[in-house]
Amino acid sequence: MSARTGKVWSLLGRGRRRRSKGDGAALARGSSLGLGVATIWLSLLVMLPLAAVVIKGTGNGWTGFWDALSNPSTAAALRLTVSQAFLVTAVNVVLGTVVAWVLVRDEFPGKGLIDLVIDVPFALPTIVAGLVLLSLYGPDSPLNLQFANTRVGIFIALLFVTVPFVVRAVQPVLLELDRDVEEAAASLGADRFTIFRRVVFPNLIPAIAAGTALAFARAVSEYGSLVLISGNLPFKTEVAAVRILSLNENDNPAGAAAVATVLLFVAVVTLLAIDGLRRWAVRRG
Amino acid sequence: MGISVRNINKNFGDFVALDDVTVDIESGNLTALLGPSGGGKTTLLRIIAGLEQPDSGVIEINGTDTTWLRPQQRNVGFVFQHYAAFKHLSVFRNVAFGLEIRKVPKDQIRTKVMELLELVHLDQFADRLPAQLSGGQRQRMALARALAVEPNVLLLDEPFGALDAKVRKELRDWLRRLHDEVHVTTVFVTHDQEEALEVSNEIVVINNGRVEQIGSPDELYDHPANEFVMGFLGPTTRLGGRLLRPHDIEVTAEATTGAVEAKVDRLLRVGYEVRIDAVRSVPGGEDELTTVQLTRKEAGHLDLREGDSVWLSPADGATVAAG
Repeated sequence: MSARTGKVWSLLGRGRRRRSKGDGAALARGSSLGLGVATIWLSLLVMLPLAAVVIKGTGNGWTGFWDALSNPSTAAALRLTVSQAFLVTAVNVVLGTVVAWVLVRDEFPGKGLIDLVIDVPFALPTIVAGLVLLSLYGPDSPLNLQFANTRVGIFIALLFVTVPFVVRAVQPVLLELDRDVEEAAASLGADRFTIFRRVVFPNLIPAIAAGTALAFARAVSEYGSLVLISGNLPFKTEVAAVRILSLNENDNPAGAAAVATVLLFVAVVTLLAIDGLRRWAVRRG
Repeated sequence: MGISVRNINKNFGDFVALDDVTVDIESGNLTALLGPSGGGKTTLLRIIAGLEQPDSGVIEINGTDTTWLRPQQRNVGFVFQHYAAFKHLSVFRNVAFGLEIRKVPKDQIRTKVMELLELVHLDQFADRLPAQLSGGQRQRMALARALAVEPNVLLLDEPFGALDAKVRKELRDWLRRLHDEVHVTTVFVTHDQEEALEVSNEIVVINNGRVEQIGSPDELYDHPANEFVMGFLGPTTRLGGRLLRPHDIEVTAEATTGAVEAKVDRLLRVGYEVRIDAVRSVPGGEDELTTVQLTRKEAGHLDLREGDSVWLSPADGATVAAG
């Protein structure tokens, strides 16, 4: 598994553990050194470049920033990106939960293989995914399905790269779920649908939401798998990440930074939402 | 009336969980299914609840054949060892669950739930989440939840198994009293003979998927059907190859008719009782160790020391296994 997925899982897993009381209240000398190193490291590596992008993006003042974003083709790219991300995320909520359910609750031949395949979109370099999709849905499609240069192509590519998020978030929670609880509901008279709706689903909400947020963040920021199949037609199939590239190549680094700032803002909001959910889940025990 | 279990068989693969089990549980009884773990008692309870299907046999609840009814249709209350609380719902909503499913009007639900919460002494905790309750409180909530639907039978699977000793003891007494108030036919599974003897008015001993004996706690203790039941219901020892209770052995310092001689190997005082390990050499066989339980007074009269010779004989009316 790549470092990126590892980070994602640890992010999801945090909700399970409770922080000890008085965290950081009395730091020993060794740990204050550790804290210092970590802070500098993260500042140099993460905070500084992010700050640079924001400064660059807003360097021409709010009007400059706003002008860059209201450029018709930039605005179209942002609209397309966010709307496609929403669509893909909505599909993921339902299908990801179903796949996780099947993988945890059902026994069938090839289950292990499917469980493994779920992670392929993670492990695969996204440009490879793009190439694979282009050969399948491109001009020489063996299926005679031509989705290159269309929004359907974007949709399929985004679905492909976001498959693991909800599945992998929901799976461990489903595994840990007490079967007793469902049996208790059954003996109290609840039918299977009611059991799912009133007993199982509420317990999955934090996991589904966390997976959804990650899938959304990924869909918004996707580049590699889209750049080949989308055709990057302005106003039609150009997504935000590709737009950044073209703005930059057309000597408009401030415009590129402005779009980047918007994407950064979306990412931060998403992460905050995850953290809020995590806290909510921890509070509920 | 009550629960009638007839010729139930259940296998899990090669493992025989229940082997032609027939039990009648009278209406209003508080019955313990007692036996070692893996003996089939939980499987039987789950079959009565409909959470497991028998391979063959018939289950009747209050005269109705429920063998193939889904758990939803049986109207049984089931209490699990690990509470099975609905974690995301408040104590009130947990108890109200079955009533909400039955579409009982809101005000009736409110009255009924508060009544039950009072009964289980949780009325102040109605708005708490299960995570904010102790184990004993959670189990009481689970009990109220099961009782809310006014079940035909109440089934409890090792209900006190996950609780610490003190709470377990409290809840036992409490269940006993609750049953006196509510009178619902109740079956609970336990592997703790003390719990079974203390709480129930009928015990079904189950071992290796078979019913060993059914009877009142006194019947089972005083007239065990076989050595397994005798061994499972209390301490036992051997004297002359016979299985006896350690307090059913008479000790004398001099030879009497029918007594056998043994040597005191160890003397141990535990509170009000004195335990004697006496060893008897058996010609041509292994030594036999007999444990005898005396009161301090009895032991005082005998004035025994380790290494002394004593004569042991079964007391009059000693419990012996029938089988």
